[in-house]
Amino acid sequence: MFQLIRYILLDIVRTRFLLFYTALLLLSSIGMFQLDADTGKVLLSLMNIVLIVVPLISVVFSTIHFYNSYEFIELMLSQPIDRRLIFWAEFVATALSLVLAFLVGVGLPLVFYGGAVGGSMLLFSGSMLTVAFVSLAFLSSVLTRDKARAIGLALAFWLYFTLIYDAFVLWVVYQFSDYPLETATLVLVSLNPVDLARILMMLQLDISALMGYSGAFFKLFFGTATGAWFSSVLLVVWSFLPVVIATRIFQRKDL
Amino acid sequence: MNFRTFLTVLLFLLAQLADARVLRVSKQGPFRLLSQAVRAARAGDTISIAAGVYSEPNVLIQKPLFLLGEKGAVLDGQGKHEILTIAKTRVTVQGLTFRRSGRSNMDDYAGIKVHDAHGSRFINNTFDETFFGIHLSNTDSAYIAGNRLKATAANEYELGNGIHLWKCRWARIENNHITGHRDGIYFEFVTNSQITRNQSRQNMRYGLHFMFCDDNTYESNVFSKNGAGVAVMYTKGVRMLNNLFEENWGAAAYGLLLKDIRDSEVRGNRFLNNTSGIYMEGTSRTLFENNLFRGNGWAIQLQASCDGNTLRRNNFAGNTFDIATNGHVVLNTVNGNYWDKYQGYDLNRDGVGDVPYYPVSLFASLSEQIPSAMLLWRSFLVFMLERAEKVMPAIIPVDLRDNQPQLQPHDLHQRSR
Repeated sequence: MFQLIRYILLDIVRTRFLLFYTALLLLSSIGMFQLDADTGKVLLSLMNIVLIVVPLISVVFSTIHFYNSYEFIELMLSQPIDRRLIFWAEFVATALSLVLAFLVGVGLPLVFYGGAVGGSMLLFSGSMLTVAFVSLAFLSSVLTRDKARAIGLALAFWLYFTLIYDAFVLWVVYQFSDYPLETATLVLVSLNPVDLARILMMLQLDISALMGYSGAFFKLFFGTATGAWFSSVLLVVWSFLPVVIATRIFQRKDL
Repeated sequence: MNFRTFLTVLLFLLAQLADARVLRVSKQGPFRLLSQAVRAARAGDTISIAAGVYSEPNVLIQKPLFLLGEKGAVLDGQGKHEILTIAKTRVTVQGLTFRRSGRSNMDDYAGIKVHDAHGSRFINNTFDETFFGIHLSNTDSAYIAGNRLKATAANEYELGNGIHLWKCRWARIENNHITGHRDGIYFEFVTNSQITRNQSRQNMRYGLHFMFCDDNTYESNVFSKNGAGVAVMYTKGVRMLNNLFEENWGAAAYGLLLKDIRDSEVRGNRFLNNTSGIYMEGTSRTLFENNLFRGNGWAIQLQASCDGNTLRRNNFAGNTFDIATNGHVVLNTVNGNYWDKYQGYDLNRDGVGDVPYYPVSLFASLSEQIPSAMLLWRSFLVFMLERAEKVMPAIIPVDLRDNQPQLQPHDLHQRSR
């Protein structure tokens, strides 16, 4: 399996897209640190990158990569290797390369400009979000055979988790505003990796916004060790659940 | 010769002049206890207390005296009773340390309790673990300066207020440091008083708390990290100048809570890193000028019950929300402030933005109605909604706007009194 991962990694690096992605992240992070002296503000801007750009790139790149490696996968399948192994090698290699790109692109400037302590949650959430969206990309890739449709589906996932789902939550909260909604919102938010990542980061960066009566409730939950563990574990679940489902589909799939 | 010794000598000489005596309390005698000296003293005498710890039950003073503590003079209440009670006279207490008064919510034990003692003065005393520190009632023209009060307790009910005044006029309260009490400074029916350069930090409830206290001036005080910040109510003619309100964090913590305040001034203050810089309801005809709001969750929560207030020449920077309100009717004037979130332009280069600034953001209004929605703050959706609302305001109160937003922050160091 390590051999496989190595080959795939080399293949990904050869496309140069990954280097471009790393450079983009590096440039924007450094640029932000240069433009604004306030580390807190920069971290908030970086948070927007983590929440919007990183999932988008991860999901689209992974889908395209999967279809580009279709022939390689078919070739490997003709060998006496377990199907699951090939699929997971693809997943691990893709996720690993994107996470590394993210850590270099955002993590290095963070360490360099001294925001690493406040930004540790940013790096963790960003990495987990990357894995989650690679995972979702693999799911959309096995759900359909057509590359264009798969990319469409991947984009739909992205749109759903960053925008549509939140609109739904807002609508629910608005409709049932006469009821005590704290626990319900908590559950709803847990069902979206982007929201989870956002809240985890906000707890570390922008605590003021979460204050007020409800804020105190959320902070009481997410702010404690249990809450932080809960949301971190949920993020990990989100990272692997889609790919586990995808593996099951892939095993039975007629390529 | 330092100031304190000088003062002691001066008082000593003056006492001689006035045919008053100096009675000395020390472990060696002539008086071994303060109460003995008080009993022996005549009106106008000075009682000088030497270093040492004096544990005696409540000392009652009913004649005009000067109490001077030498360095290291400690009156210990042993956690059982009130330490000093002053009634119907004019007394000066200086340089003493009061330690461990009894704790009782029935009797309101204090380090020094004062009744009807007009013109009394309390200077440079230290209060360690007293229930109430200085407790004045019906005492006009009191002077309380340079005292240090410190208390610790796990629960609010085990604490009294640091400086507590009830029904007093013309008080001057200066340079006191108050930590760990229930309310740092508590006033009820205190009028025409000056509260200057005090520091009230880490008190369990409010740094400053007053009701029915007309025409007082609060200047250059620091209110920091108090449980619920500063809360002031039912008062007119308050002047708050150049104070610092900072780090009041929590679900119900405010830098400054104004409730039913009218005809007042809030000028030159700094509100830094509070959950809510100013929360006001029922506030009328009050001027907010030259204040700095930085790093607050809400800089100002302006409830719709406020009218006739003016906000001008303030600086708003780095707040999550600048202004939140709960209604559409706007009866207040907001003009000529600096807002760091302002994105307009200035074509004629007069330093004033050409398009108005709407300080109430959509999400601030939304979360005011539904606090749970706060969980969506900083999401992509909210960002998009804010943008849409900016282009076409539908939810925010459009009348609440700054028609002359400044492009550069005001230089608040050049402010005038």
